[in-house]
Amino acid sequence: MKKELGIFILLVVLCAITAILNPRFLTPVNLQNTARLIGAFGILSLGLGVVIITSGIDLSVGSVMALLGVLLSMAITQWHVPGIIAVLLIILGGMALGSLHGFLVSKVRIQPFIVTLCGLLFYRGAARFVASDETKGFGSATGLEHLQSLAIGNIFGIPTPFVLLLIASIVMWVLIHRSVYGRYLFAVGNNEDAARYSGINARWIIASAYVVCGALTGLAAVIFAFYTNSVSPSSHGNFFELYGIAAAVLGGCSLRGGEGSVIGILLGTALLQVLQNLVNLLGIPSSLNFAVMGAVILMGVLADQLLKSRK
Amino acid sequence: MTSPLLEMHGIGKRFPGVIALNNVSLEVFPGEIVALVGENGAGKSTLMKILGGIHQPDEGTIHINGDAVTIHNVNDSMRLGIGFIHQELNVFPNLDVAANVYLGREPVNAGFLRLIDRTKIEAATATLLKRLGVDVSPRTQLSELSIAQQQMVEIAKALSLNTRLLIMDEPTSSLTLTETTRLLEVVQDLRAQGVSVIYISHRLGEITEIADRVVVLRDGANAGTLQRDEITHDKMVTLMVGRALQHVHTPKEANAHPNYFVVENLRTKRYADKAVSFGVGKGEVLGVSGLIGAGRSEVAQAIFGVEPMLGGRVLLDGNPLLIKSSQDAIKHGICLIPEDRRHLGLVMDWTIQDNTTLATLTDYAKAGLIDFAAENKVAVEMSQKLRVKAPSVATKVSQLSGGNQQKVVLAKWLLQKLKVIIFDEPTRGIDIGAKSEIYELINQLAADGVAVIVISSDLEEILRISDRVAVLHEGKLTGILPRAECNEEAIMRLAVGSE
Repeated sequence: MKKELGIFILLVVLCAITAILNPRFLTPVNLQNTARLIGAFGILSLGLGVVIITSGIDLSVGSVMALLGVLLSMAITQWHVPGIIAVLLIILGGMALGSLHGFLVSKVRIQPFIVTLCGLLFYRGAARFVASDETKGFGSATGLEHLQSLAIGNIFGIPTPFVLLLIASIVMWVLIHRSVYGRYLFAVGNNEDAARYSGINARWIIASAYVVCGALTGLAAVIFAFYTNSVSPSSHGNFFELYGIAAAVLGGCSLRGGEGSVIGILLGTALLQVLQNLVNLLGIPSSLNFAVMGAVILMGVLADQLLKSRK
Repeated sequence: MTSPLLEMHGIGKRFPGVIALNNVSLEVFPGEIVALVGENGAGKSTLMKILGGIHQPDEGTIHINGDAVTIHNVNDSMRLGIGFIHQELNVFPNLDVAANVYLGREPVNAGFLRLIDRTKIEAATATLLKRLGVDVSPRTQLSELSIAQQQMVEIAKALSLNTRLLIMDEPTSSLTLTETTRLLEVVQDLRAQGVSVIYISHRLGEITEIADRVVVLRDGANAGTLQRDEITHDKMVTLMVGRALQHVHTPKEANAHPNYFVVENLRTKRYADKAVSFGVGKGEVLGVSGLIGAGRSEVAQAIFGVEPMLGGRVLLDGNPLLIKSSQDAIKHGICLIPEDRRHLGLVMDWTIQDNTTLATLTDYAKAGLIDFAAENKVAVEMSQKLRVKAPSVATKVSQLSGGNQQKVVLAKWLLQKLKVIIFDEPTRGIDIGAKSEIYELINQLAADGVAVIVISSDLEEILRISDRVAVLHEGKLTGILPRAECNEEAIMRLAVGSE
């Protein structure tokens, strides 16, 4: 809980500084926009967090989003699949890819880094091939307003993605912190052998984490596709896996596995988005965007390390 | 009489909340083997950490060869000629023998590149290995050596540092019987060469064999010293525990029919061409003896479903069981207390409570959600029942002593209905007091009608608790001895496979 408190304080301080230096931070438009992005990225990060808790990693998330994004667009505009069914199929597609990763990691025993690195390359290529390297959108399609509002709409003034994130977070919080399954996730991530010797089906638990991650990636893919309204197969979702990993790590997940919390991941995601916003609002050259993010993550981890060693 | 090599006098050390050492004195003469014994927590490790420069004493003096010394760090300790052989070996399996011996102080060639002088370190290493009577090339990769040989490499390293006082902490805990005998010979050779040894061990038989003097610690203070001609098992135990220990288990004559739990032609990955068959009665304790590497743990792991069973079958009460995973085994009431507590038995970063309930978590859950109050209640009950010594069930198991850790592993399994329980080296690294408690529990389980299998390399232990003893040699079951025929010699004969 201490870890989460630390990052929460950091988030508040960062918001305060930004608000003081540029009052536009607090305008409803800006807050809504930031919340919308936190919602979309948060869903992604929660999925990655589950995988990271099992001491795995998923590098393929960004490419999967590009592939699912172009498929969503093509399903609706070219193959005329009804929107709601297309969306459900996309989420199922995310789960299918997750099952494949889970199978390769837990049954074939290939390292998660390698499995999903191959995925990162493969799905990006597949996306570009399927889309003939053309940007896909939803241009003329009609009857999509309800689905598009998942990404660009508001519920009582709160951006829908943020509401979706809250729902996903509650579900994930119960799953991770209150359920037997969650306890097994941590057990497997901390010591897979001891878990197996306690009668836990460790392979199944690990594989399932990738499926959960795939489902959340699918949901995020839908939101992002409608949010950008144009999916360029070569650049859509680039680096998104790293945003997710960064958020999880900032939020207290250990890449060694067995550690992490939903609250932490949410705070980590929020911190990263506020940072982006800060770069924009404070007139820092946007070319420095990544540099600022990298520096802040490093400082966060360093501070944590220092606090730990002082104990 | 010669003057002592090491004199520790009136050593005191306090940690927050505990007095670890109180006015402890220890003398070691040149060429003397001093055994340091005591239960876990008696202060042996702290005393040795003071010699290693890891802790500083709050009181007392240390003299080496008559000179007062202060040991600030490991380097000081090394310079004074003190060397350590730890229970867990500190070797680099990916490097060869010579590189391990000279790691961190490699002599270099003259010349711009300052390359390591391989010729020199190989020659020097070869000399040391010869002195220890080890027939291994300095170029062999450590990972290719047995644990015993790796330990010899560590001893060679200590000798290369001109060690005059060698401190060995439980050096035989992972060695086979023959390797142990060999190590004890080496220790005695070193004594003949004038090296002094502080020998820490729970295996009192070894101590009786080699120690010139036994220093006993209890609760951080000197509990007594035994001279060479006074060293007996009972005297050591009495000094260690401060009372005479009664033998808890009187094995009953095997009256139960040994067909309750039956293993038929079981083959494991390690010895794929050898089939093992045996039976255990309801309420019987079957000891399984044999040298390390005889395939005992592999049989246990196959029964428990964590390693594949290549052939054969397992029957409980006449019914064949299908065991493909640990879940299957547990479903049938079979459990395994693994040898490697820290990696297989426990999640070390977790609390007593989380470890206790890990195997039965679904029993305290509704609709997949954990009932934390119920979970806590069960953990507290089990901890009290097994007398786990800890401030609370929220204590991390990494902070517990070996004996208490083992109790937590046991607690995990005692929460379910057991029919067969397999212990793999149940008391390794556990102090005498906790050992008796574990034996009592084993006894209790048997009395409750559980079929108990105990794998142990400790003959004393096997003889003390078993109703019958099965002996393995290189994957083959060489015999099952009924209680009346069990003795060290008979077991050893089967273990070395001389028949």
